[in-house]
Amino acid sequence: MRETFYDVMRRQGISRRSFLKFCSLTAASLGLGPEFAPTIAHAMETKPRLPVLWLHGLECTCCSESFIRSAHPLVKDVVLSMLSLDYDDTIMASAGGAAEAIVTEIVEKYKGNYILAVEGNPPLNEDGMFCIIGGKPFVEQLRYAASNAKAIVSWGSCASWGCVQAARPNPTRATPVHQVITDKPIIKVPGCPPIAEVMTAVITYILTFEKFPELDRQGRPKMFYSQRIHDKCYRRPHFDAGQFVESWDDEGARKGYCLYKMGCKGPTTYNACSTVRWNGGISFPIQSGHGCIGCSEDGFWDKGGFYDRLTDIHQFGIEANADQVGKAAVGVVGAAVAAHAAVTALKRARDAGDKS
Amino acid sequence: MTVQTPNGFTLDTAGKRVVVDPVTRIEGHMRCEVNVNDQNVITNAVSTGTMWRGLEVILKGRDPRDAWAFVQRICGVCTGTHALTSVRAVEDALGITIPENANSIRNIMQLCLQVHDHLVHFYHLHALDWVNPVNALKADPNATSQLQQQVSPSHPKSSPGYFRDVQNRLKAFVESGQLGPFKNGYWTNPAYLLPPEADLMAVTHYLEALDFQKDIMKIRTVFGGKDPHPNWIVGGVPCAINIDGVGSVGAINMERLNLVSSIINDSITFVNNVYIPDIVAIGSLYKGWLYGGGLSSQAVLAYGDIPDKANDYTAANLMMPHGAIINGNLKEVHEVDLRDPEQIQEFVPHSWYAYADEKKGLHPWDGVTQPNYQLGPNLVGSRTNIQQIDEGGKYSWIKAPRWKGHAMEVGPLSRYIIGYAKGHTEITDQIKGLLGQLNAPVEALFSTLGRTAARALEAQWAAYKMRYFMDKMIANLKAGDSSTANTTNWRPETWPKEAKGVGFTEAPRGALAHWIKIKDMKIDNYQCVVPTTWNGSPRDNEGNIGAFEAALMNTRMERPEEPVEILRTLHSFDPCLACSTHVMSEDGQELTDVRVR
Repeated sequence: MRETFYDVMRRQGISRRSFLKFCSLTAASLGLGPEFAPTIAHAMETKPRLPVLWLHGLECTCCSESFIRSAHPLVKDVVLSMLSLDYDDTIMASAGGAAEAIVTEIVEKYKGNYILAVEGNPPLNEDGMFCIIGGKPFVEQLRYAASNAKAIVSWGSCASWGCVQAARPNPTRATPVHQVITDKPIIKVPGCPPIAEVMTAVITYILTFEKFPELDRQGRPKMFYSQRIHDKCYRRPHFDAGQFVESWDDEGARKGYCLYKMGCKGPTTYNACSTVRWNGGISFPIQSGHGCIGCSEDGFWDKGGFYDRLTDIHQFGIEANADQVGKAAVGVVGAAVAAHAAVTALKRARDAGDKS
Repeated sequence: MTVQTPNGFTLDTAGKRVVVDPVTRIEGHMRCEVNVNDQNVITNAVSTGTMWRGLEVILKGRDPRDAWAFVQRICGVCTGTHALTSVRAVEDALGITIPENANSIRNIMQLCLQVHDHLVHFYHLHALDWVNPVNALKADPNATSQLQQQVSPSHPKSSPGYFRDVQNRLKAFVESGQLGPFKNGYWTNPAYLLPPEADLMAVTHYLEALDFQKDIMKIRTVFGGKDPHPNWIVGGVPCAINIDGVGSVGAINMERLNLVSSIINDSITFVNNVYIPDIVAIGSLYKGWLYGGGLSSQAVLAYGDIPDKANDYTAANLMMPHGAIINGNLKEVHEVDLRDPEQIQEFVPHSWYAYADEKKGLHPWDGVTQPNYQLGPNLVGSRTNIQQIDEGGKYSWIKAPRWKGHAMEVGPLSRYIIGYAKGHTEITDQIKGLLGQLNAPVEALFSTLGRTAARALEAQWAAYKMRYFMDKMIANLKAGDSSTANTTNWRPETWPKEAKGVGFTEAPRGALAHWIKIKDMKIDNYQCVVPTTWNGSPRDNEGNIGAFEAALMNTRMERPEEPVEILRTLHSFDPCLACSTHVMSEDGQELTDVRVR
């Protein structure tokens, strides 16, 4: 008989009162109202910890590193009390055959009742042997682990899109998970890496509501990926006012002006950085003076230089993907900037006129 | 059959073969095979890098100012160190200098990484090689409390109730039958030597460190906007400083400096109160286990890092040691020249790459890499199902770098041995202090435990040095200099038609360098030789074995089917396979043409 999340917490000496408080904090961190706290409490009182297999393909482990930086919930509580992280080669005690046996055990024992989390992606060139696990191609382990999974979470831009090893010319033919596993529900949590609290919120949401959050047509949770960085950027008023950083460490940089002219990709990047922010809400790239490089977008490595302005459509050139929405957004932003610049120039001229 | 390697090891493949794949609790993917004799002593060791990503070919033709972002993705664990190495390489090629504040901020970020990476490595990747969480259930919380107060009187979290709570939580976790990351561990293996109280104390600190580590990196989030993978720029740092002017709330201001300052203080406290005392406690109980020295007593290498003054990368200005020791002669520390084509070279006779002439090594500026996945004739299995690898043929995605022909060990222990040999005062004091507490001779350093201890000492040193650079930056600001970037040569039109440069750092795992060639404003060639390429190196033309392989030799295993000792020694290097095995350059061939199926 497996224990529920609530059983585990009670056994740890956590009072019912603290447990309920935890549930309301969880509701708040998911952006849900206090009325959802009882739902979360009920879920946690009745469910055993869900087994999770966390596989690693071609990647850099930045997703795992981000995950352990989660401030709410703490990763300690996620791993000890919320799910059962039975296989994760980055932190697991066992190795070799003893580790591989766990994958087999979970796949056989928990048919349809475990989550497969994937960090990184499988390379398909060289018969898959650019990434070897247990003497065999990683893609074989991935296919096997996916075979009985309830659902798949594609962590980060590697699993979701391909990311840096899939950048032109993609020498290993690194391939995102959804192009290899086509018969399972997949939730993409892109970013290089994704924000820690976004990762743990997605997991907590699935455990609490027993379903995926609503996804956009690219498979990303709408709750974190439906708005652009630019939409919620605290420097947006400077964009609207035509006040831009023109050069590193110039007067505009010191005053916190808009980084659009320094190549910021915030206007075409769908992510929660400007709202959730990073590392417990400390900052995000724009707040620390560098433009967004668009790391949660498909193919962001091949969309021109990081310091090229988005208005320069030629930068997209032959590498443009089929995402016409993205292109349209670029066009709109370009027009908007031109309009703002014109308005600002007019305003300046008028102000100058007033003074004279 | 017995073979003598030129670097002094006797290899014997007669005994039973033990395969560990995957090696877990590392960054990336690796495989290890050993032979053990009838005494269960390792007589042959084979280290195989099992992944390859090809980043340098991806870099060809791109803007050199973007390179840092690509190479930063080589590794998300030692995140940022490749980016820093890259901007230094580009600055070296283009003759760009950086302001003092930028140097201080970069140093704080790099030191912050050392503290974080070493701490996470010890508690979350390495501790389970020494600490048995199941045994911790048998501990008496009162006795654990006494032990805690004895080893670290200043650490406030030491009450019997505190340890009882942790033990209860652990008990519930174990009894649930869902052991998560501890599942299938080797918890009955006699290689685990700690009494239950020490196990409970260490497991408690595993959790404390997990909570604390996320705060350390907030320092890098202040300056770099996010972590992992903060932002950098060629010519300085992207974060502008504005202490008291209009708009200072949008820049590095007093509140941000206070935030960084308080985390630096917390980091110093945590390392002093938890990490170092744990190393002493665990070290004193394992100090009879002196395996794993490998190359550390004979051939170690460090490039140095942490320039005190900006833009001076000579040994005298670097606060982390620079130099090479060979043939075990600590009396002579050699200068290392990264530009000299005869010093650092990479070989591929046992790596899955092809050279036109595989008898020769190539300097990174002239490096050539063409993947060539071939297995030796004595392979057991097939090309997509390797059961036993043939180390007589090609057997790894890692190349074999050599310094003047020598296989070298890099990393915190190498840095500390070189610092000790050069009489670096702070390092020497730290080493003597620790050896005194453990009542151990200097020779004890040349071991698996020595590697683990040097890493802890370095984390302590780095935490204090963050404070040094914070104070230095404040003094500079007081003097009226708030500059953070030099944009003179930002625009590509200002660059020469052709340029080449090299940048280096001491990554948490050891000496790291990038070599770049720029032509017509684009990257013409990019090469990285990274710490785990040195340590995880396969054999070379002469038959010299690499640092991982050497360190495993002659270790006695309690139970060959349970690779606790192998993991212990491999983890003491903190292997980073994504780093080591991405290496790739070419002379204009488009790899996709060759390899697409």
